[in-house]
Amino acid sequence: MADYLNSYLFIGAILFTLGAFGVIVRRNIIVVLLSVELMLQGVNLSLGAFSTFYHDMGGYMLVLLSLAIAAAEAVVGLAILVALSRHVDEFYVDRLKSLRW
Amino acid sequence: MSDLACTWLGLMATIFGLGTVLLRSPVHSALSLVMVVFHVAGLFVLMGAGFLAALQVIVYAGAIIVLFLFTMMLLNLEQHDNEPHMHRYQKWLGFPLGGALLIEATWIALAQANPPETLLGKYSPERLSELGGTAFGIADAMFTSYLLPFEVAGVLLLAASVAALSLARKSDEDNFGAMPDMVSDAAGSMIQPSVQDSKSGQLSQEHGDDH
Repeated sequence: MADYLNSYLFIGAILFTLGAFGVIVRRNIIVVLLSVELMLQGVNLSLGAFSTFYHDMGGYMLVLLSLAIAAAEAVVGLAILVALSRHVDEFYVDRLKSLRW
Repeated sequence: MSDLACTWLGLMATIFGLGTVLLRSPVHSALSLVMVVFHVAGLFVLMGAGFLAALQVIVYAGAIIVLFLFTMMLLNLEQHDNEPHMHRYQKWLGFPLGGALLIEATWIALAQANPPETLLGKYSPERLSELGGTAFGIADAMFTSYLLPFEVAGVLLLAASVAALSLARKSDEDNFGAMPDMVSDAAGSMIQPSVQDSKSGQLSQEHGDDH
């Protein structure tokens, strides 16, 4: 089973789905950001598996780039959160609706 | 043996992923995500990409999730502990959408057979061990055909750090009105001497013409 591409892609699909579910369902904004990181984990696993089984370095390079993008995304998201916390005392995404309409 | 390891790592990654999504406390979610990162790193080791596993642990568990934990410490999230942690109606959107996504992704994943010999690239395991390991293979690709994306990622990280500084910085009046003053002050102090220099230069030149 460790020699098949399918099993890694399946684990990656499960992690991606769990992350997407968390983004849709959770109310706390930090857990939403954590779920985005979980989706990135699933994608990284799939990219690494493709790269290993196709004997190509492109997937590994994409994993490295996605690490950089994940770091940038987390930093900017948390900075927005810190800037937000100066104005409101509320971290539930369904209550932060002053920009909605 | 490696089949057992693959099953175990996948199972534990799924369980801790469920924990990340379902646990009430954000701190518990973050620690559960650390465990997911460790198990995904284990899967990378099983694939033979030990360098990526090390990077995964260092960057995700060592930097990103620690950043999340520090932010949670700063923001004091414990005050709304008795409220529901899921949306009331979006739950009924999330379950069907998540289920549909899982079925589709599993369908695609299980339809992928191992690639035929004709599609394989040039970095076979033998060639990688000849080069000295995955890290050497990645370096081989990174500094030749992927040089531009690598540089662009560096610029992206610089932009993100500047953005984080300017977003999280506590300005004097706590609004954006303070930003142009700072910019013009910096620009003024930098431009002013050069303007004077050019004026005095012009003056001296005129004096030189007079003589």
